[in-house]
Amino acid sequence: MKLSLVGVSHHQAPVELRERVAVDLEGAAALAAEFADGCEAAVLSTCNRTELYLAADEDDGLEERAVVRLLELAGDEAAALTPVLYRLGDQAAALHLFRVAAGLDSLVPGEGEILGQVRAAYEVGAAGPLLDRLFRQALHAGRRARVETAIGESPASVPAAAAALAQQVFGELSGRRVLVVGAGKMSELAARNLVSRGASIAAVANRTAAHGEELAQRLGTRSVGLDGLAEELRTADVVVTSTSAPGFVLHAALARESLRARHGRPLLLVDLAVPRDVDPALAAYDGCFVYDIDDLEAVVELALDGRRVEAARAERIVAAEAERFREWQVSLAVVPAIASLRARAEEIRVGELARARLERLSESERTLVEAITAQIVNKLLHLPTVRLKEAAAAADGVIYADVVRHLFGLDEDERRP
Amino acid sequence: MAELLVWPALIAYGEAAFAYAGELRGPGLAGRLATWGVRIGWLAQTALLLAQAFDVDGFPWGTWAGALNLFVWLVVGAYLIWGCRPGYRLLGLAVMPLAATLLVAAWVGGGTGTETGGHPGWLSAAHAGLMLAGLAGFTLAAGMAALYLWQERRLKRRDSRLLRLRVPPLESLDRLASRTAAVSLLLLTAGIVAGLASLQWSDVDAAMLVTLGIWTLYASYFVLRREPGLRGRRAAGLLLVGLALIAVVLPITHFAS
Repeated sequence: MKLSLVGVSHHQAPVELRERVAVDLEGAAALAAEFADGCEAAVLSTCNRTELYLAADEDDGLEERAVVRLLELAGDEAAALTPVLYRLGDQAAALHLFRVAAGLDSLVPGEGEILGQVRAAYEVGAAGPLLDRLFRQALHAGRRARVETAIGESPASVPAAAAALAQQVFGELSGRRVLVVGAGKMSELAARNLVSRGASIAAVANRTAAHGEELAQRLGTRSVGLDGLAEELRTADVVVTSTSAPGFVLHAALARESLRARHGRPLLLVDLAVPRDVDPALAAYDGCFVYDIDDLEAVVELALDGRRVEAARAERIVAAEAERFREWQVSLAVVPAIASLRARAEEIRVGELARARLERLSESERTLVEAITAQIVNKLLHLPTVRLKEAAAAADGVIYADVVRHLFGLDEDERRP
Repeated sequence: MAELLVWPALIAYGEAAFAYAGELRGPGLAGRLATWGVRIGWLAQTALLLAQAFDVDGFPWGTWAGALNLFVWLVVGAYLIWGCRPGYRLLGLAVMPLAATLLVAAWVGGGTGTETGGHPGWLSAAHAGLMLAGLAGFTLAAGMAALYLWQERRLKRRDSRLLRLRVPPLESLDRLASRTAAVSLLLLTAGIVAGLASLQWSDVDAAMLVTLGIWTLYASYFVLRREPGLRGRRAAGLLLVGLALIAVVLPITHFAS
């Protein structure tokens, strides 16, 4: 069987082109179904790529059909899409999918979402024996890359870095109280990231009450004015600020009494605003940690460097998995010969047992003879089967298969009506 | 012959101490090697202590060197409860160099041999065992406090490599150090009570007064923690002061008297 891949990704195509050919999960299922007649098909469509994976016994213009279909999706941008489309076959296509599943082809190396998207594409696709094995092994490679390396461990964005820092201070975030100061997009993103790790939003404090109320409703909490900040500081564990105020919103004079009342209980202040909202002098207080946007970006930058180092280890895992897939795929060439050989052996065994008049034996004796002869056949054929598969992996499979057919007269069997 | 068991223990503890330094560069093989070093070393030292217990006529850990040998075993044993978890491996960087050094001192002082020991009676033996267990717990709590201060400093300095190392969260360190100190205080109290049972007023010496001072310091730690809510950097500092008192004053007063 031949494996083909036709696709477009963020490496060559800008978002204006990618969005033209992007399809949702239902669209991916429908597109895969279009190609399912006589072949296997799966469509992986994310914000960074749209790829058609196809497998068939004969090429039969399948790749061309896939290209034409993608150009149809692109509509009047078809001319711009043509030069950025890529086509890969067999081992290259398999290696590509394994790299995608491991997050090695992503914009942020090791991002975790892609593994779920590959699984979804597999589940809604029209997979047969080849694509079934390909996608299962791709998911396995993706999981191995994440478990055996630290590629997905470090935060890859400022909100994720803020949440990771909070975990460095508090450990589990469940039950931790987050105070959001300012109704900006960044503070909302950081707050949502903290909530996804178990924290709860205590309040939203904003200068404009209407905006604060709006964000508070979205986050399922209450809103307070900036004059209530000092009181909220006494009980909060994490404060995320992102206002457009020209000066400090949280200055030392305002927070001094609240911080003293905490008796050294940790407080993480995440300042995402420019100009800054939090007076850096607050860091001098016992248990008080102040991080501004530059600090968080430095953490993210270093984390991404770390991910790149881990990516080299993940590449080795993916290459090993791709090699296993290649061995499996080439072994398919000798499967008919192995099946014929086993069928011939079984036919001989059954024939000889029939001639031996086993009815003279008791039931248990007959069962024993059946088991022993089956075991002898299995043991005799085990090593030739293994060697045939090994030879297939080393590209000698077809020669070995022919030799086996000739030696055991399998061709005559196959010709027999 | 049993004394030879000190060598595998020493080598394994030394290997662990060096390997933990490697863990500072990032989590990985060094940390795993260190953990195995601690496990193997502790098993070897356990075998040594068992051999001493069977071979020696009397109580083998009555001398300062013998007590040090038992003390190291207790410290490493308590560390093993958490130390195998990846997040707590760096605690070994505070504990294992100390353990290896103290075991060398115990060996030099003859505390790992199988010569005849004293006959202090079961109450005094219980007193010594409980006191040593309590002090070992305080040492481990101080190790956690040191790790707390180090990690707190990194957080304060906004070190961008902060997420590279696996270090327990600050609050976990604070809580765990406090719990360890609480258990240790109970053991120390039981040890003091066992000692008082066989005490006469004429026996009171500087070592006993220092021991009471240590008890008072840790008891104050818990009172301050409960009432004004002492925690964080100051609580960690108090645990380190306690260790300094144990490490410097107690041996001088106890074994010199």
